[in-house]
Amino acid sequence: MIKTLRETIGGLWSLLVGMKITAINFKSPEITVHYPRQVVPDLEGFRGHIELVPKEDDPFKSKCTACSNCVRICPTSCISMKAAKPKKKEAPAAEAEGSQEPAAKKPKAKPEPVLFELNFNYCSLCGLCVQSCPTNALRFSDDVYLAGFTRQEFVFDLLARLQNQAQKKEQ
Amino acid sequence: MSSMDLRLDTSGDYYARKFQPTKREDTLILNMGPQHPSTHGVLRILLEIEGEYILRADPVLGYVHRMHEKMGEVMSYPQYYPNPPRTDYLHALAWNWAHVAAVERLMGIEVPERAEYIRVITCELNRITSHLLWWGAYLLDLGAFTPIMYSFDDRERIQDILQRITGSRLTYCYYRFGGVSDDIDDRFVEDTRRHCAVMKERFKMFKSLVTDNFILRKRVEEIGEIPLETCRKYGATGPVLRGSGKAYDVRRAEPYSVYDRFDFNIPAYDTCDAMGRYLVRMDEMQESIKIIEQALDTLPEGDYIHPKAPKRPKPPVGDIYFALEGARGKIGIHLVSDGGKSPYRIKLRAPGYSNLSLFSEVAQGTLISDAVSILGSLDLVIPEIDR
Ligand code: SF4
Ligand code: SF4
Repeated sequence: MIKTLRETIGGLWSLLVGMKITAINFKSPEITVHYPRQVVPDLEGFRGHIELVPKEDDPFKSKCTACSNCVRICPTSCISMKAAKPKKKEAPAAEAEGSQEPAAKKPKAKPEPVLFELNFNYCSLCGLCVQSCPTNALRFSDDVYLAGFTRQEFVFDLLARLQNQAQKKEQ
Repeated sequence: MSSMDLRLDTSGDYYARKFQPTKREDTLILNMGPQHPSTHGVLRILLEIEGEYILRADPVLGYVHRMHEKMGEVMSYPQYYPNPPRTDYLHALAWNWAHVAAVERLMGIEVPERAEYIRVITCELNRITSHLLWWGAYLLDLGAFTPIMYSFDDRERIQDILQRITGSRLTYCYYRFGGVSDDIDDRFVEDTRRHCAVMKERFKMFKSLVTDNFILRKRVEEIGEIPLETCRKYGATGPVLRGSGKAYDVRRAEPYSVYDRFDFNIPAYDTCDAMGRYLVRMDEMQESIKIIEQALDTLPEGDYIHPKAPKRPKPPVGDIYFALEGARGKIGIHLVSDGGKSPYRIKLRAPGYSNLSLFSEVAQGTLISDAVSILGSLDLVIPEIDR
């Protein structure tokens, strides 16, 4: 009898304490973000898929020297790259002429990537590629809201992406 | 196809048939899982029940087996970085650390002091997030919905802090052979300090809201008693062992890194029930905060990664076993090297596997609802168990 009474009072007390905490939190400011009407402001450190970093003097060219360090270190072989030495005689693409001339004059042209593809489906965002690049030619992008319906949408041509970004910047 | 038998096949799969034979005919064989909210992932438990009571229970594993050990044999050492954190995604940094430290010890790579401190701080932060998620999810199992909201609030804030330096929120891949991949800055230190202070207040709220709650006590006290003998028999570690009264913690028993420099307690409760395990974890979060604060106070300057740390390590021929304390118990890595660029064999010891093994014994004769409470109190992460 006494035990039941004590249990009932104990239960009621727990209930009151719970109610009090709920009431306090009810009055406290909102902590959730109502996506998509609001977005999280500070996303420092977020890693999107990797992208190529443009050269300082030429936003259409990547810093990549086609050493294929990133290709070899990637645990899931997401990166495929084809390198080629720019041809000496043929003038390179019109926009890139300025920066290309000194390189073309030298007898040994530096290799550069002609294809740089990322299969983001298999990427684990480990950062090994970015950290192993000797020329800091890779970085993480920051599109948090990347989404798609097919796998194919996540195979990125990073060179094309670089061109797009450069064009957008120029406009 | 006219002779196709359209009757329902009730014989079950291999495990169910193996489990079936019994002398009694009035019992029911029931599958709990692999898709069951209380099993948190894809754990399947075969139950033989009589009414609401469990006569026998048998966990069936392997639904998320991803061959992490085999992958270790075909990948080079650095390529294996992202794998261990993905086994136990809740305490990813501990697994990351176990892998990295095993290789470091085999090769004799020195780790700068600052890196060790950073590892301790981030690993303990991660331990808190792991326990917070367990706390919320366990109470969700027991039927309380609100606590998980509070725990996620704090958890997300810690993840924000960790995201800034590690680049991830859950499956961190932050430690590198010989250090960590990025240095911590003043803002990290400041944020962590501030959040530690906030957490201390929150723990008081958690205590009055949940720990002292009458209903919770009814659901966890004297439920799922695991005698120390049983823990020993199955090799249970972590909060399960400490909840049975043995204050064994790898951080204290075989100090690694710089844990011997900090002053912290190893909480242990000898009630052996689910409440004991609950209280161990609640206390452990506070101890972790103590460790973090001490580490922040004495954070040395210096390199965050050894400047001569090998990028593509090739450990000498030999083997090493390294164990450390994860949120669920003793995480062990046994690494055998044949001198090549990938390990000859890598064996992961998942604490959850041993902790789950004792469930068959403990669940005998309990109510199904209590079995849910026991399962929750073991804090299982199925991908870690299946590896
Ligand atoms: S982040 Fe890791 S998995 Fe992704 S492309 Fe780079 S190396 Fe590969
Ligand atoms: S590591 Fe850097 S420079 Fe080398 S191929 Fe990759 S992106 Fe280019």
